[in-house]
Amino acid sequence: MFPYPLLTIALLVMWLLLNGFTFGHLLLGGTVAVFASWGMAALRPDKPRLRKWYLLPKLFGIVMLDIIRSNLAVAWIILRGRAPGHRSSFIILQLQLRDPTALAILAVIITSTPGSAWLEYDSRRSSVLIHVLDLVDDEAWANLIKNRYEKLLLEIFS
Amino acid sequence: MTYSAADIPVWAAILIAFFLLAGAFLALLGAVGFLRLPTFYERIHAPTLSTSWGTGGIMTASILFFSISGGRLVAHELLIGIFITVTTPVTFMLLARAALHRDRVENHPDIPRRDGVTPGDDTTVN
Amino acid sequence: MSAIIIFTAISLAQIMLVIAMAIASIRMFYGPRAQDRIIGLDAIYVNAMLLLATFGIGTGKTVYFEASLVIGVLGFVSTVSLAKFLMRGEVIE
Repeated sequence: MFPYPLLTIALLVMWLLLNGFTFGHLLLGGTVAVFASWGMAALRPDKPRLRKWYLLPKLFGIVMLDIIRSNLAVAWIILRGRAPGHRSSFIILQLQLRDPTALAILAVIITSTPGSAWLEYDSRRSSVLIHVLDLVDDEAWANLIKNRYEKLLLEIFS
Repeated sequence: MTYSAADIPVWAAILIAFFLLAGAFLALLGAVGFLRLPTFYERIHAPTLSTSWGTGGIMTASILFFSISGGRLVAHELLIGIFITVTTPVTFMLLARAALHRDRVENHPDIPRRDGVTPGDDTTVN
Repeated sequence: MSAIIIFTAISLAQIMLVIAMAIASIRMFYGPRAQDRIIGLDAIYVNAMLLLATFGIGTGKTVYFEASLVIGVLGFVSTVSLAKFLMRGEVIE
């Protein structure tokens, strides 16, 4: 009946946001969402395995906080220029994450945080090339991503 | 249906004005940084200002305005926020890979090599 | 009172967004390379979307929301196809 419950709920919520909440739209949107998730099931994508989905809000909170903080940092750099000793550079990061959905989430997190951009993922070596705008210490930066996001994502998808 | 700015209290108006101006200022700052930063890979960071909290600020202002003046929750602007957050990394990643590919073909010195592939031959894109 | 505050804020925000669009179009014209021009175009799309949202607040009509959603979708699709074009040299394979 519901092959992808999260997708179904997300589609229903989107329908209700676009059309306003009435009982008729709840029924219609629910029907559309169920049929769309059957269509998705017919495509047979790899099903993402969410182990600890209750950690997702925690990840979301951390990311929102970091986005606000790095917005301010990048705005400061644009206005005032970089502090001496800081530089922009590429770093190559070895990841333990393998799950495609988790990698996609990590890519969205890193790119939508101003000041760091995910450039290229090499699936054979499972390394990723990241460009950082304001870099002081390569190691510290790599550890930040590993401890702050990757550990959590590894816990959620495992 | 039309909503009017005269229907909302002053504190809400100040809050809406704050979010509007913060969002627009971040969008402007993103454009300025996009013009000022010297290399392409640095420039790619500047527009994320306008796509993260530039969009976030203006959409929050819009949600607040329509919800308060209409008296019920109107939150469809959230969709634009989610849409922009999800699509920006896709476009930037594709553009960055295209730029890396082009720079590698031209043997640009500052670009990290992809190991095991001879320069100028790495056209394999998954 | 609140109408004046919102009107002023909207005018200022629109001026800032238009300046941002002008700056992005400078980058689009002067390059130096194709990828810079494409990001310039993308920035113009995003700022036009935000500008339409401010028009929506100013007039109090929700139709502008649909317009800005359409602009966002079109901007995404066009930027992705241009990036694909840069990578391979052909848009449709």
